[in-house]
Amino acid sequence: MAKPMEQIKWQELEPGAVVTEVGSAREYHTGTWRSARPVVDSKGCIRCGVCWLFCPDAAIIRAEDGHFEADLTYCKGCGICARECPTGCITMMAEEEE
Amino acid sequence: MDRFSVFAPRLVEKAENFTSGHRACQGCAEALAVRLVMKALGRDTIVAMATGCMEIVSSPLPTTAWMVPWIHVAFENASAVVSGCEAGMKALMRKGKVPEKKITFVAMGGDGATADIGMGQISGVMERGHDMIYICYDNEAYMNTGIQRSSSTPYGASTTTSPAGKYSIGQHTQKKNLPQIAVAHNIPYVATACPSFPFDLMQKVKKASSIQGPAYIHILSVCPTGWRIPIDESIRYGRLAVDTGVFPLYEVVDGSYKMTYKPYRLRPVNDYLKGQGRFRHLTDKETGVIQDRVTKEYEGLLKRCEGR
Repeated sequence: MAKPMEQIKWQELEPGAVVTEVGSAREYHTGTWRSARPVVDSKGCIRCGVCWLFCPDAAIIRAEDGHFEADLTYCKGCGICARECPTGCITMMAEEEE
Repeated sequence: MDRFSVFAPRLVEKAENFTSGHRACQGCAEALAVRLVMKALGRDTIVAMATGCMEIVSSPLPTTAWMVPWIHVAFENASAVVSGCEAGMKALMRKGKVPEKKITFVAMGGDGATADIGMGQISGVMERGHDMIYICYDNEAYMNTGIQRSSSTPYGASTTTSPAGKYSIGQHTQKKNLPQIAVAHNIPYVATACPSFPFDLMQKVKKASSIQGPAYIHILSVCPTGWRIPIDESIRYGRLAVDTGVFPLYEVVDGSYKMTYKPYRLRPVNDYLKGQGRFRHLTDKETGVIQDRVTKEYEGLLKRCEGR
């Protein structure tokens, strides 16, 4: 588990600032950037996977029944999935103010 | 079979070698291009990356988005470093210190690292004939530092260092044709690709990794931030760039040209230009200049594809 940058002391860094853990960016949740979330209407979904292929953040996951849904931990809310969906079953819904 | 190609995404490699959690802007087609490239290459890959957007967003110090050995080097020497990696691994395999294995060596850079700063080293690597791939992610300006012009910025684009105004139309020089420079080195494989055509892109990357010798792939990566377009339209603009002939998709294998995607009829270049904020100041006269040039270059390319 990597600590945030401001908590790391220089003695703890590896020589050459080598990062020894692969894929550790997963600990940073980019979902907090989002201002709109994709909502999938599973009735219209034909399970083609175009949304999954075009997501720049790899934030579309395949549910057990074969439908695709957004992983809201990482989804930045760009809306590419909604625009590229061939059936138009994904809509972008504004995140409510908390 | 073409009618059913919409279902083909499910056949693509599932493993993510460029993971979620990277800090690219919303709707970044360059991050998508990296993800698709890494899907095509798999885990047995060593990547050296020049400074640029993708280096910054993928590796803020305590974390990294990469699942493969990856090194960040300065703007100019990504290709030189990867050629050293390739020579070193070859020597280690010969001495039996590393098991024999097919490893793909990849250097990546943005258009600034490729067209402006690293041009000499790339030329050297191609000339020495290392077995590696150089991939250029072309977003047509230095987007990382705040949209400064590079030599890959197209004619008429407004950037912060080539602003459009009363006495200027924005960038007044033409875009440097990098794939043609790579072809001039007589290397075995040169291709252009765009993440809006993901299968074409992955096919080309796989082909480049299977070919012995240096390969060059030029990927047009739409940047919603720098091109001033809505964040959900980055795939659409990549498609428009190909359909209007601004960025034709072709590959050059041992000097013979082949169009990998040929639009039935080219759309007017205005379809591509009019939605982008960086081209909004252009008048009909300037779009006419761009249209003439695009048509001329596209016809020249078609002639080369037919071997004339």
